[in-house]
Amino acid sequence: MSITYPTRWKRPPQIIRDRHWRIAVQIGIVVYLVLALGTVDVNWTRVYEGLERGQRFVLGFLQPDFTSRWRDISNGLIESLTMTLTSTVVGVAISVPIGIGAARNIAPVWIYRICRSIIAISRALQEIIIAIFLVAMFGFGPFAGFLTLSFATIGFIAKLLADDIEEIEEAQAEAIRATGASWWQVVNYAVQPQVMPRLIGLSLYRLDINFRESAVIGIVGAGGIGATLNTAISRYEYDSAGAILLIIIGIVMVAEYSSSYLRKFLQ
Amino acid sequence: MLILDALSKTYKTGDTALSDVSLTVPKGQIMGLIGPSGAGKSTLIRCINRLVEPTGGKVLLNDVDLVGLGKRELRQQRRRIGMIFQEYALVERLTVMENVLSGRLGYVPFWRSYLRRFPAEDITRAYALLDRVGLLEHADKRADALSGGQRQRVGIARALAQDPELLLVDEPTASLDPKTSRQIMRLLIEICAERGLPAIVNIHDVPLAQQFMQRIVGLRAGRVVFDGPPDLLTQDALTTIYGEEDWNAMRKGDEEQSAAEADARERLAALVV
Repeated sequence: MSITYPTRWKRPPQIIRDRHWRIAVQIGIVVYLVLALGTVDVNWTRVYEGLERGQRFVLGFLQPDFTSRWRDISNGLIESLTMTLTSTVVGVAISVPIGIGAARNIAPVWIYRICRSIIAISRALQEIIIAIFLVAMFGFGPFAGFLTLSFATIGFIAKLLADDIEEIEEAQAEAIRATGASWWQVVNYAVQPQVMPRLIGLSLYRLDINFRESAVIGIVGAGGIGATLNTAISRYEYDSAGAILLIIIGIVMVAEYSSSYLRKFLQ
Repeated sequence: MLILDALSKTYKTGDTALSDVSLTVPKGQIMGLIGPSGAGKSTLIRCINRLVEPTGGKVLLNDVDLVGLGKRELRQQRRRIGMIFQEYALVERLTVMENVLSGRLGYVPFWRSYLRRFPAEDITRAYALLDRVGLLEHADKRADALSGGQRQRVGIARALAQDPELLLVDEPTASLDPKTSRQIMRLLIEICAERGLPAIVNIHDVPLAQQFMQRIVGLRAGRVVFDGPPDLLTQDALTTIYGEEDWNAMRKGDEEQSAAEADARERLAALVV
């Protein structure tokens, strides 16, 4: 006589073990969703008017006007590209020491705390908020934009670099330390070779994020193509605005593809 | 000469890795350290160059006590101790030459190492060592392009570049095949003999230890439970170190393997003739 094994198997619940709780949570989510949707108050006449404006916008897109505002557009573009490149270079240059300091496995606790706080501040403040603040401080124009993007780059690169350094192969660092190498030499010989390809990849990625952001922060006065776009929209020149948006989309796509190609090439 | 005096290590978690280990390794002696996993072999050799801080006792290397040195003195003393690692611990993305030259880091200022401008004699020495371990033509390859045995040879060259007075060797053959393991062990023995270097070799392959070591120390739960020449490592001694196991069957297996190896060698010799 042999043992009969079951023919049916069900995956046991992973998150909430108790059946009653599970049902209660599911009902709770549905009730919340219904109530939340109920509070959204839609003004249908305004939606209708908006559609008409939207239609004009779409028409502007279909007949983009590159020529009549070309001078403004090209100035805005050059400003944006300059802002992007300079802020990425400066941001990465500042991020590297901060990222090294924020890696728990190679930095002393007090430096670690300071660097992690800098990163936290930079990440907590969204680009637009910083841009509004810096525009108020330094006036309209690309300088405020440059500072904004540099500051945002620090939070991004330093954090990812620090996390990457914390995940290096410890054995390699131990081997270099065992030769009598100093802290700087350990960083240069054991840490840098392990994180360099990723640092380059992240910097390229940040370069195309910064271009996109430069278009956004321009709207709050930080110069660049965003400012040109904002002007075009407030003048109701939807055909020029359409042209600007198409150019932004084009450049972002080129940046996206070339940076992902470069990153692949590096690894 | 290396003297360990009542060396102890208790980790922060409360685990005692080493208790009261006293050993003397004279110049030129190659000492094998055997014992089950977790016996404290790795901790012992890392306490010597203080990659792990011992909690008690002394480490005397040619009359300098390494325990309690300040950072700078510790770095200077570490130069005198070459270390060879399990899984090689080469910096994979650096070239073979950079890995060997990294053995000189304790001797050169930061700017020289950063610009890779090592003194001429260091470079000559690095080439000579690469030639000694048979990797001269691989100098400009990246370390991760080499095979396991070749990588461990680079590891050996790096340790020797320090011009050490002691070699610490942590499971040098753990990830190598039996033949390569023996080649690496033979190379280590030859080099130690050439330079009169004392060495402590962590090893968990008992037959390999018996074949190559002049002296064997058995560690169990952080204490020395055996200390003697390899031929005194009897079944009883192995049982004290590792616990109950059918040692004869294991040895027989090893004899079979060496018989097979000898047989293969003879056949190969016959082919050559």
